[in-house]
Amino acid sequence: MLRSIGKRVLQTLIVLFCVSLMIFVLLRIIPGDAITTMMGEHANADTIARLTKEMNLDKPFYVQFITYLKDICTGNFGTSYTLNKPVTELLAAAFPNTVKLAVMAAVIAWVIGMVCGIIAAVKKDGILDRLFMGFSLLGVSVPVFMVAMVLQYFIAYKLHWVDISGVKSWTGFILPAIALGWNSAGSIARLTRSTLVEVLQEDYIDTAKAKGLGRGGVIILHGLRNAMLPVITMMALQISSLLSGAVISETIFSINGIGRLAVDAISRRDIPLLQGTVLFTTVIVIVGNLIADCLYTVLDPRIRKGA
Amino acid sequence: MKKREHLENTAEQEALAAQLGESDTFIDKMKRMAADNKLAVFSAFVILFFLLLAVCAPLLTPYSFEDQDLLSRLSAPSAKHLLGTDELGRDVLTRLLYGARVSLAVGIIPTIASMVIGVLLGMISGYVGGIVDAVIMRLADVVLSFPSLLLAMVIMYTLGDGITSIFIALAITSWAGVARVIRSETLTLRETEYVEAARSMGVKDFTIILRHVFPNCIPSLIVLFTLDVPSAILSESALSFLGIGVQLPNSSWGLMVNMGRTYLYNAPWLSLVPSAAIMLVVLAFNFLGDGLRDVLDPHLKNS
Repeated sequence: MLRSIGKRVLQTLIVLFCVSLMIFVLLRIIPGDAITTMMGEHANADTIARLTKEMNLDKPFYVQFITYLKDICTGNFGTSYTLNKPVTELLAAAFPNTVKLAVMAAVIAWVIGMVCGIIAAVKKDGILDRLFMGFSLLGVSVPVFMVAMVLQYFIAYKLHWVDISGVKSWTGFILPAIALGWNSAGSIARLTRSTLVEVLQEDYIDTAKAKGLGRGGVIILHGLRNAMLPVITMMALQISSLLSGAVISETIFSINGIGRLAVDAISRRDIPLLQGTVLFTTVIVIVGNLIADCLYTVLDPRIRKGA
Repeated sequence: MKKREHLENTAEQEALAAQLGESDTFIDKMKRMAADNKLAVFSAFVILFFLLLAVCAPLLTPYSFEDQDLLSRLSAPSAKHLLGTDELGRDVLTRLLYGARVSLAVGIIPTIASMVIGVLLGMISGYVGGIVDAVIMRLADVVLSFPSLLLAMVIMYTLGDGITSIFIALAITSWAGVARVIRSETLTLRETEYVEAARSMGVKDFTIILRHVFPNCIPSLIVLFTLDVPSAILSESALSFLGIGVQLPNSSWGLMVNMGRTYLYNAPWLSLVPSAAIMLVVLAFNFLGDGLRDVLDPHLKNS
């Protein structure tokens, strides 16, 4: 087991290296000159010279890349020149908000998704099954911004149940979290249903029933436990889509999170800030997937003993 | 497919193939879908309808997508402007029709591009194996580990705004998933008797890939295509919504939603109409994709 986890960690390190290389290259091959693109027509020669030196653009490519790698390994993402603060500080301020939003969205999505999926599987082809699966398709087809705006319009503007935007207390996170979790809930419900339906046809389910185990016991102890593995994999993959969606949810509800920082960085053409936000988010996704893979190895004896 | 390797008896193989519906021709399968799955057929008509609207846009409306009429700005839906006007008095229906051109093109063109890249790399990866396989698959891992919207944002920053940049950004973010599916199909196909037979007769690898591997990947490709188009449409609308996709005065559904957001409280139709259009098209593609998958490639169900 340790060997397969070790192999997975090694693979992750390679991917991390390639990801940082890719972001580095993408943000520096801008047609024309990175500095002029960043500064626009307002740049004077002094600023250009200073920034070129600050971003090491006067050195050869490999020297630039090594310095950049060294910096990010020590947690130094450079200085945002439009906000005049270290990128690390800005990330640290925005990160808790994004985490709160994403965790709340995930909890809402996964609880609702799994409960609907289980009910739909148990009552296969019944009214509830059709209703929930209809809703789940709506879940995967409606863009995040549409859910966000509909919620904002009806719940916040018409009914005044919560604030329209900005987060003064945790209640401010409810609407953004629902908007964000909506898509994930749909796909979790569909996957839980389809795997559980398959598992419930297995022989060991009949054995459990024959032993006299109650209906709930069969579904939870034998059915759900075996149907969970693909669902956990999908949850890990959703970390990535939740962080993508957070960009939109944060923009609409004016939450000071990482996604909004990235959008601001693009509109202000702030390369260090953009580089920092994208790199940081991607590292979270990669580490999240690594943890899920290790969990998977621990949970499933077939993987543990196999390759 | 795996199951079949254990069956030595040809009669058993044929029985299994018939059971899986693999002996049917493509047209038989389509007929079966038409009979069993009315929703998928209806969805196909919805998609066709939107394609027609997009193609015939100039014939269907007396206005142009950039004509401004400041005197009747933000007017509610009426007989003159069926879906009202926007903040510069442009006809919303007209912009919706022209937006359909952009949104559908963005759904289809980058998806085709990502299929071509994904098929080439996936087949090479699966057929050649070894170090080539490792390199291509790690590359796919790298692309898949980015939150797709953020990667697309960085690529848009690098390439600059504009529709071609969107095509490139979406193709780069979505080839990896295709490559993975095609690679695993190629791995299975490589072990089949007919490929072995071809190889033992001295057929060149290139010919084997072209004549035996690729045609067998087509059903999965059709399914992947119908399921990837809606996600490309959603990505474009997200980019344009954030202001880094299609730029004014051009029209796209995501951009219309973004522009209408400021007037959400006094002119909600500005955002809700294009949102509903996105939802309809995406739903239709998903229904059609699900239907096609059930008849063409049931193995894909849990992936």
